[in-house]
Amino acid sequence: MNLLLEGVPRSALILLALFFAALIAAPMVLNDYLIVVLITILYFAYAGQCWNIMMGFAGQLSLGHALYIGLGAYVTAALYVKFGVSPWIGLLPALVIAGAVGAVIGFLAFRFGVSGVYFAILTIAFAEFARIGFDHFPWVGGAAGYFLPVANYTQNDFFNLRGSQTMFYYILLAMTVLAFVLCHLLLRSRAGYYWLAIRESPEAAEALGINIFRYKMYAVVLSAALTSLGGVIFAFFYNNLFPEQVFHISRSIELILGPIIGGIGTLFGPVVGAFLLTGLAEGLREVMLRLGIDLPGVKQVFYGICLLCVVMFLPEGVWPPLKKKLGLDRDTGKKGS
Amino acid sequence: MTTEVVLKIAISGVLTGLVYGLMALGLSVIFGVVRVVNFAHGEMMTIAMYLVIVFFSALGLDPLLMLVPISAVLFALGYLMQRAIINPFINRPEHSQFMLLVAIALIMVNALLLIFGPDSQGITTSYSFDSFDIGGIIIDAGKVYAAIAALIVAVALFAFFRLTLTGKAIRACADNYNGALVVGLDVKRLYALTFGIGAACVGAAGTMLMIVTDVTPAIGPAYTLLAFVIVITGGLGSMPGAIVGGILIGLTEALGGFFFTPSAKTMFSFAILVLVLLFRPQGIMGRKTA
Amino acid sequence: MASKTRISRRTFTAGMGAAGVVAGTAPFNIISAQGAPLKVGVLLPRSGAQAGIGQDCQRGVDITAGILKDLKLPTLQIMNGDTETNVEVARARAERLINEGAQLLVGAFDSGQSTAIAQVAEQKGIPYVINIAAAPPITEQGYKFVFRNFPTAPTILANAFENQIEIFKVTGNAPKTAVFMHVNDTFGSAMQKGFTGTMAKFADTPYKVLETIAYDGTARDLSVEVAKAKATNAEALVMVSRLNDAILITRELVKQRWSPKCVLSMGPGWYEDQYLKTLGKLGDGPMSFVPWYDPNKKLSKALEAALAKSHPGINMNTNHVYTFEALLVAADAYKRAGSADPKALADAIRATNIKDNVSPGPGIQFDAKGQNAALRNSAIQNRGGKLVTIAPKSASNAAAEHPMKPYDKR
Repeated sequence: MNLLLEGVPRSALILLALFFAALIAAPMVLNDYLIVVLITILYFAYAGQCWNIMMGFAGQLSLGHALYIGLGAYVTAALYVKFGVSPWIGLLPALVIAGAVGAVIGFLAFRFGVSGVYFAILTIAFAEFARIGFDHFPWVGGAAGYFLPVANYTQNDFFNLRGSQTMFYYILLAMTVLAFVLCHLLLRSRAGYYWLAIRESPEAAEALGINIFRYKMYAVVLSAALTSLGGVIFAFFYNNLFPEQVFHISRSIELILGPIIGGIGTLFGPVVGAFLLTGLAEGLREVMLRLGIDLPGVKQVFYGICLLCVVMFLPEGVWPPLKKKLGLDRDTGKKGS
Repeated sequence: MTTEVVLKIAISGVLTGLVYGLMALGLSVIFGVVRVVNFAHGEMMTIAMYLVIVFFSALGLDPLLMLVPISAVLFALGYLMQRAIINPFINRPEHSQFMLLVAIALIMVNALLLIFGPDSQGITTSYSFDSFDIGGIIIDAGKVYAAIAALIVAVALFAFFRLTLTGKAIRACADNYNGALVVGLDVKRLYALTFGIGAACVGAAGTMLMIVTDVTPAIGPAYTLLAFVIVITGGLGSMPGAIVGGILIGLTEALGGFFFTPSAKTMFSFAILVLVLLFRPQGIMGRKTA
Repeated sequence: MASKTRISRRTFTAGMGAAGVVAGTAPFNIISAQGAPLKVGVLLPRSGAQAGIGQDCQRGVDITAGILKDLKLPTLQIMNGDTETNVEVARARAERLINEGAQLLVGAFDSGQSTAIAQVAEQKGIPYVINIAAAPPITEQGYKFVFRNFPTAPTILANAFENQIEIFKVTGNAPKTAVFMHVNDTFGSAMQKGFTGTMAKFADTPYKVLETIAYDGTARDLSVEVAKAKATNAEALVMVSRLNDAILITRELVKQRWSPKCVLSMGPGWYEDQYLKTLGKLGDGPMSFVPWYDPNKKLSKALEAALAKSHPGINMNTNHVYTFEALLVAADAYKRAGSADPKALADAIRATNIKDNVSPGPGIQFDAKGQNAALRNSAIQNRGGKLVTIAPKSASNAAAEHPMKPYDKR
């Protein structure tokens, strides 16, 4: 507990507690539509947090994180549909497989000195590989898609992840909080300091005697494995999987917009980014509706313009300046941001 | 019979690869000099392709005649983009540049959707359905014209960078940024010029592609990805590399599609990409220092 | 204005009560007085990868109001939602529309998006009528509020073989060999899975398939695919494709100088307006075996006239017909139910028996699974830039032209 709270200003704690209480109470106050929106937000916050471990902490730009989402989704879905394995058990092999794939990609890249843009392209290549591969993998439906059986559940079956969206909401909320706490602890651990050193200057880190290969591998494997859990929720919430949708590069890009807009390498960045972007998308739809504009594409143009403005005028993302505004920036010395 | 089919497919792959190579050349030039990875590359090409549709339906101009004007329009677009939007980003981290260009790409795709609608559009020229029959090997005439034009543009570009003063100045910028500043080169203007030239390549490639294929607003990202694969395979920043990469990828996809299942043909280009990244990360034609 | 305040108060109540909502009882769906329009949420992919089809379906929505009025059916208040070709957006939009007061949902062309919407509809107990989506699992889930007036992939295949055999018998000319090319996407690969099995059930099928070629629907260049198909020397080309690839393949057929005896398409693309417009006289000849309309039915003529009036130059097709029929089902059920109570509406839809409709077959009715199993598909052929229906005989308006005119003799 000490480690968890040390150095965090009181005002930040109060704000955080209020925010958390609001999220817990949300399903009791909000209608189903807003809960779905919140589920989307938490999903992106969670996945963004996982991606941030790799990019924000260790400085390895992955543009293929949909790969791990997809692996998590397909592994647990297949185990559930074919063998009746509960997703809570199925997520173990999912974690292992996604982590192992991450390890292979990391090993190849870091052993052969692939970095920067090249590393990013390599991650795209593997995600595309998986997309086309699953398109030709009839055991899980191939391109025709893989469907989980659905019924109208009057009761939540927590063990098999079948039930109301409120259940999914709380599961995702728990995952997001745990990921947040984990990242908070990681940043204060030895690994966290090493990652930041590697991110800032791999050469200097190496000179200090840090085994950069090993610590980069830790980041990739951890990030990949955790991301796959997001896929588990995706599979059991939407109940259908298509390689063209799950592994597509646009999905990978969607995942990382949040943390970049929110503030890369910060703890709150992915959360703030997810709220902002999903909120922006929904808000724009509402505005269009109210104005009576029914032209497909308009919303996305405005969305793009907003992204453009944020990235132009807030190069570090929204969170760092926001934090200053809220007077919460005293604890940040250790976050390296 | 099989040899004839294989030969025909190989030739077709090389011809398409040349046009793709020209598109990738634009990406490579931009990266080589400005050091910005243009994630809106394919989308810029879609703009060029729609320009062809507009000019063709309004004036009935042959795409081969539109090559120069459309390249000029794209040059202006690239020049302005660099000046107005991208320039502040040249020293920002990669993910920041990535974000910027993803946003630009998103705006482009959806603006095209708004203007032109979602349906695929194409043009039919007098030679659209022609083909040459050379000893039983049938070759698509449109592809031949497109490939020749692509080659001419590429050669002109090589000449520009080797022979003209501006070209040499741009190369100096790429080789040594600080040195270029010290010598007193207007780096900002040269960067904008380079981005313009890269965009013009895409304009030319897009114009040529309209001879052989159709366009939809949503096709952009696929071309961006293709350009990446080609450029990294050939060597990011290397001009001949882009053309060689284009031919190689064109050929691989054609033969991969023929000998294995065509639905998985892009897998072969990704396989080549991965191999190149691992064993020759500077690309086939890239310089060792990269 | 008064009604607007009422809705927002209801929405508010719904929000307050949402935590306690048990599926099937949505408190804001207070039975509206008969005469008030039924609020129908229409979810279509009008931007993103499927924008073309989604916007085409929307045309079917546009022309509905007038026809329903002529049929003396209740008015529908259409609430549009764009799914952006994305499952998450589809789900959120469905929730939003229900929240805004939608009493029935219609959509969403794509199987994945439709599955996502179906779950929302089922959970909320709001009837959902699928306009187009061919993946069988959607109506195999035991849903009580989901209805589909569109054939599943196995039905499309079975009807395709029946109609083919009929055409070959009538024309007395049958191909002995064929090459099967299909796009490797959701629909294409569902069709491919059922293809061999269905063909085996139709012993009269005259041709044998020499090779099956799967290709990527987003491919920019299909010359290799066509060269591979041509190399088999098959007499017939059997296709499952989309629009863009259908155009690219036809161009390649011409350029590679290969004129199969017939092109038998079991999916979209080959009959669509853009295809005919782009290819001109080279677009003539292919036969498509698809969910269509019966040109001889009275309502088909009315629908055609309405489309011609609001969208001149556009041929009526599957997208318009089945989107329209989904709305027709909604209006008809609303009339019989006499209320917008979702349960009553769902019961009314289940009891649907519309004889005066557009699609071929005896009419619209749903089985216990919520599927219209009585639907029949047609065979159509492109002739002179127009479409004629050539089979089944009971729902046709022309005779087949087979074999088709070689591409180099046009």
